This record gives sequence, C-alpha cells and structure tokens, in this order.
Amino acid sequence: MKIALFATCIVDAMYPRTAQATVSLLERLGHEVVFPAGQACCGQMHVNSGYFKEAHAVVANHVEAFDTDDYDVAVAPSGSCVASVKHQHEMVARRCGDAGLEARAAKVGAKTYELSQLLTDVLGITNAAEQLGSYFPHKVTYHPSCHGMRLLRLEDRQLNLLASVGGIQMVELPQADQCCGFGGTFSMKNADVSSAMNADKAANICGTGAELCSGGDASCLLHIGGGLSRQGSEVGTLHFAEILASTFANPVTVTGDVKLAGSKR
Amino acid sequence: MSSNTFLGMPSLPVFGHGNLNATEPFPKAAHRELGNEQLRANLGHATHTIRDKRLKVVAELPDWEQMRDAGSAIKNATMANLPALLDQFEANFTARGGIIHWARDAQEANEIVTALIRETGETEVVKVKSMATQEIGLNEYLEEQGIAAFETDLAELIVQLDHDKPSHILVPAIHKNRSQVREIFLREMPVVDPNLTDEPARLAEAARTHLRKKFLSAKVAVSGANFGLADTGTLTVVESEGNGRMCLTLPETLITVMGIEKLLPTWQDLEVFMQLLPRSSTGERMNPYTSLWTGVTPGDGPQNVHLVMLDNGRTAALADEYGRTALNCIRCSACMNVCPVYERTGGHAYGSTYPGPIGAILSPLMTGIKSEENSSLPYASSLCGACFDACPVKINIPEILVHLRGEDVDSKRSKVKIPTQMDLMMKGAEWAFSKGSHLGLLEKGLPLGKLAAGRAKVIKRLPGIAGGWTQSRDIPAPPSQSFRQWWDKDHQPSAAVVPGTGTSNSSEGEQA
Ligand code: SF4
Repeated sequence: MKIALFATCIVDAMYPRTAQATVSLLERLGHEVVFPAGQACCGQMHVNSGYFKEAHAVVANHVEAFDTDDYDVAVAPSGSCVASVKHQHEMVARRCGDAGLEARAAKVGAKTYELSQLLTDVLGITNAAEQLGSYFPHKVTYHPSCHGMRLLRLEDRQLNLLASVGGIQMVELPQADQCCGFGGTFSMKNADVSSAMNADKAANICGTGAELCSGGDASCLLHIGGGLSRQGSEVGTLHFAEILASTFANPVTVTGDVKLAGSKR
Repeated sequence: MSSNTFLGMPSLPVFGHGNLNATEPFPKAAHRELGNEQLRANLGHATHTIRDKRLKVVAELPDWEQMRDAGSAIKNATMANLPALLDQFEANFTARGGIIHWARDAQEANEIVTALIRETGETEVVKVKSMATQEIGLNEYLEEQGIAAFETDLAELIVQLDHDKPSHILVPAIHKNRSQVREIFLREMPVVDPNLTDEPARLAEAARTHLRKKFLSAKVAVSGANFGLADTGTLTVVESEGNGRMCLTLPETLITVMGIEKLLPTWQDLEVFMQLLPRSSTGERMNPYTSLWTGVTPGDGPQNVHLVMLDNGRTAALADEYGRTALNCIRCSACMNVCPVYERTGGHAYGSTYPGPIGAILSPLMTGIKSEENSSLPYASSLCGACFDACPVKINIPEILVHLRGEDVDSKRSKVKIPTQMDLMMKGAEWAFSKGSHLGLLEKGLPLGKLAAGRAKVIKRLPGIAGGWTQSRDIPAPPSQSFRQWWDKDHQPSAAVVPGTGTSNSSEGEQA
C-alpha cells in the first residue's frame, strides 16, 4: 500500500522522531511511505481559537497537498489533527463560502487515518511484538487524549497496541479519561485552569510509579511533559509510535530527564 | 404595565437581560475561585459522585443512545416549529382556565409577576426551585417591591439563607459542605435547635420544620416548569423533595415562569424525557416527584393559574444557525458534572445563572456575543468534549463554543484597530502554516531554539501571552533538525521485516 504521511506541525518541528517511528513501522510492514512536501498544519489552532478567516489558507494548503490520487491512505500520528482534518476542514470551507474546497476537504478527510486506526483496522496489527518486532522493557502508563477518545472513538486501539509490545509493563492511569488541560490556546487564555488540570494529571501519572507516560498526541504529551518537567519529576512522555518502533536490537532512546533502566545512553 | 405583551417572532432579535451577564472576564473570576481550596474539594467530591452514579444508570439502558437521538430529534422539531407550537400551547392552556402572559425580557417578566401577586393582596410567596426566575432575578426584584419570596428547595433555601448565589443548576449549594450548611442554619433560621448536628437527616429535618409553616399559610406560589406540552396545554415540574408538589397544590394562586423553548409537541413526547432527565441529572432511574397540571380544576388545587412565557434572548439564540440547538437544553446539569473546567472553578466563575459548558454557550447566545464580559465565556473550555458525550439531547457544545469564538473574533475585528497579541500570533501562524515551504524555512531556526534552551535543555520562560504556558510548564529544547529536513537528507527506506524476528532498525535521526 502507498501511504501518505501527514507529520503535523508539532511533530515535524518538535518531535521528528515520532514521525520517523511512524515511517519505520509502516516500512517494516512492507508499505511505501510518501511525504507530500507541501504539507504544514491542519489548522486546528486557528479554528479552535475562532480565527476562521486565517484558518482558510491553512486548510486550503493541507487539502492542496493531500488531494491527489498518488496514495491509498493518509496517516498522522495525532488524534486531534486527524479529528481536525475529518471534522473541521469542511466546516471552515463552508463558513468561508468555498464550496470547491469543501468537497475536496471531504475527500481528503475520508482517506485520512490516525496511526492506531490504520495499524489496527486496516493493517491488521494485533500483536506488536510478533508483527512489528516491538520490544520495550519498561513500566509505562497511558493517557488517551480527548480528541482520539471522543471525536475519533479510538477506544483501546492505542492501549492494546502498547500492551502487546514485548517486555512492556503497562500500569493503569487513574482518571485516564480526564483532559490534561492543554486545549491549544486555552492553555494561554485560561492558564490557571489549564495548569490546575495539568497538575492533577501529573499527580495521577506520578502515582502510578511508571517510568513514562505514553499517548497518541504530541501536543498533549508536550503539555503533560512540560508540567512534569517543571515539577522536577523524572517521569517523561513518549509517543506510542516510538514505543512500537523500539526493538530489542535498536531500543528507543529517551531524551530529557527520563532515565530508563537498561536504555542505551 | 406591560402584561399580555405579544411575542410573535420579532424580526430583530431581542437580547436577554438579568442574571445572564458576567461582571468580570472568566479567567479573572476563575483565578479567584481556583484559590478557594474548600470549594475545589467540595466540588470535586460532589461532581465525581454524581458522575459515577450517572454512568451506572445510563449503562443499564441498552437503548440509551437511541433515546438521546429521540430526545434531540423531538427538541429539534420543537425549535423548527416553535411559533406554531406556542400558539397551540396558548390555545390549550387558556381553554382549560389558565391565563398566559408574554414577557420579552427580564424586566417585563418581573413586572408581570409582581402585578399578579399584588392583585392577590399577599406580601409573601413560596417558591419552587426555578432557573427562569433565577435568570430574571425575581427574588431580588420582589424584595424591592416589598414582597418576600421563600425558596422551598433545600439547596436553594441554603443559598438564599446564606445570601449567596447558586453555583450549579441542579445542586445550587454544591459548593458548600454539611458543616457549612449547619452553620448557615444556626445563624439564619429564626427558630432552630441549638444542638443541630451536621447529619444530613438532622439538617433536612430543620429545613422541614422551617418550611412547613410557610407551606400551610402561603396563598401564592411561584414556580418554574420543566416542560410545557403543546397538544394539551399541560405544565410539568420534576423534582426530588416533594416541596414543589406542596407549592403546586396548596396555594390558591400559582404563577409559573417558563422559557418559551421548554415546549414539547405532544404529551407522548414526555415519555422520552422522563427517562433522559433523571438518569442524566441525579443518576436516578426515575425522579421522585413529577407534577403535571392542565389549567384549573374547580375545587382542587390552585384556582388562579398563570403562566409567564419568557423570551429574554431566546429568539436571538434561535436565530443563530449554528448555536440554536443550545435551546434544546433540558437543564439536567450532566455537562457541568463532567466538565473539568467547572469542576475546578465552580459555577460562580461563569457569572450567569447558567454555569458550566451549557452556560458558556447559552449566556453569550442570549445576551449577544458583543456583551463585553460574556465574550470570554466561549473560551472557558479545553474542548475536551466530555459535555457533548454526556448531554442527553446531544447538544454539540464544543462545536458551538468554537462557533462563538469565531463570532467573537469577527466582532472584534471590526471594532478594534490595533491587533492583539493573539491576532498577531494567528496571523504569523497563518503565514507559517499556509505553505510547506514557509514552515520549512522557519524550521531552519530550530537550532536557535536549542541554543535558547541552553544546558538545562528546557525553556522556562516565554514572553507575552505565551507566558501563560511557562507559568507552570517547561518547553523542551527543540531538535536540531525537523522531520522534513531528515526526510529530505537522511531517509533511507528500511527493509521490511520478517514478523516475529524483532531485528529491524528502529528510527534513526536525532532529536535533541
Ligand atoms: S446542555 Fe445537555 S447536559 Fe448540559 S444541562 Fe443542558 S441538557 Fe443537560
């Protein structure tokens, strides 16, 4: 299958390894990955902040980059960006009176998958250790991000994939379904409430005794990780794609303060 | 005097007044409320308890999702046909001996109710808990007119005795715990056992003794209504304590204030809502007291039955193509019980009678987004979507929040000459994100960010609005190269692996 990667702006600029891991997983399964060079961002930040006029150019750019027959499906390692592509792009086009863009956005949205959706529903991965060679001998907890959970209804896809990684020890996160408080510009406009939400998330994570917290959304992980780091916690965050990409021969190395027992550093 | 004002559907929306407006921006109010440890503890405990109860009883019904669809469909049909249904309701209510009054806004409604009470010659009324009368500030208005209104709902009574404001639409005293309630009773009840403890049963008993005299002597009652049934002209009040039932049946005069959106087309439609409402609000399978009355029954119950139909911004909300489904709300409070923002700030932070997620959309829809302080309400959400999942009539609250943010940004575009920091940030991001080449160009600066982060490898302080982020969160040092750069320079397609061998290469490249 020919798979187009939508790296998303945060992953592209801040977490390139998450996108590299995504590429590696798909190639290991024998698929061809392409990277539409014109891509930039899904426009979620503009839309969610009420800047529809500015969002139009961003959405148009995404649709331009991905509206081709040059690939079978598109994938992004981010639930909220996929939710934006699927649920917001048509709305933005409609509000800006751009019927042509609306139709093309619908087409792109229909072909776009979140990574765990693609792996589970399309590529039939049920056992990461067996089928992907995933190996990650660490104690991990997992935060399901709101958009993946509620807009995309990913259910336990990410968690199940993680649990099937060789050597991993998953520990349950109390109140996992509670929002971490990121919410894009909410974290700036309502910084106090956002910080209070993040503090509770961090306390729940630390209480599990996990070495790190995994999830499927780089921005939530940036938020949670930023809070943990400020509190001086040694617990870090890591995207599930990187854990799936980790193998016995080539274990993933984690940056920051996280000290993983036995990691090659 | 403006009773019998004719509603019709005004061509220009009339915005609402009364207790709908915040007096300060949400972030400021939230900051203050967040500092109240006791409030947070009380709220967190209460919302989590009711949340769990709700989940349990909802899970019992295999057709819960279909029931939500039905509730949403009935309400959508009501809104699409509201003028005709209001006519039908009025004809039926009047034919059975009730009298209808139309009020365009809070002031008119208050004047109508006052005049009706004056006609009876009474100066005291008992009240059934009602959101509509909270919204119009009826109690305060009556007090100014020399009429005393006694709340009979336990929680509402607590709030009234404490000269406080409700902070939740179903549990108005949710921000207070038992020992606080005990103190209020000891301080404010004219006759109270000085040995009162904070056991719930003892507190309820004290309230009962306090209220009984009022019930038995009151000649006039004021109520709200949960539903009005158009095909029969029937009104409904749903409650759990029985105090409402006493108010609705004992006095001679009953004055009900109801928002025009509370109609259901038929008696039969009530079946759906009698299942949706109690499970969503109190986590009960069925609510303890449901009172229904259709006009006047000679010799039985109130003989003078009035209904004030309140607009107060509802037609304005109805005129909003994207926001109108907010009027489908049946005031169950499920959305606030699951909202992480409400859980931490409490209801007072929202200013309006309607707090939480529904308040964040309903208040600005009813007052207009241009109403200064209310324009901060649509931003009081991380858009996590828990409210939409919980809402029994499937109001897409996150979508309406985003719509209202758009309205706010557009309304300020035309007003404000100097762009705000947020405007500039969004403009800059529009440039960066509207072409892959632009983002690529910016990413060439990543090593600079890395430099800024220094040896600690984190950024601890950002200027301007971004400073909100670094108030409690670090930003990791950016990587030396972006994914895009790695892809162009270093990407070598990795070989497919034989499943199960676990020997493939993991991702290469460098990240910080
Ligand atoms: S918006 Fe929905 S969940 Fe919230 S109070 Fe209204 S009906 Fe209940």
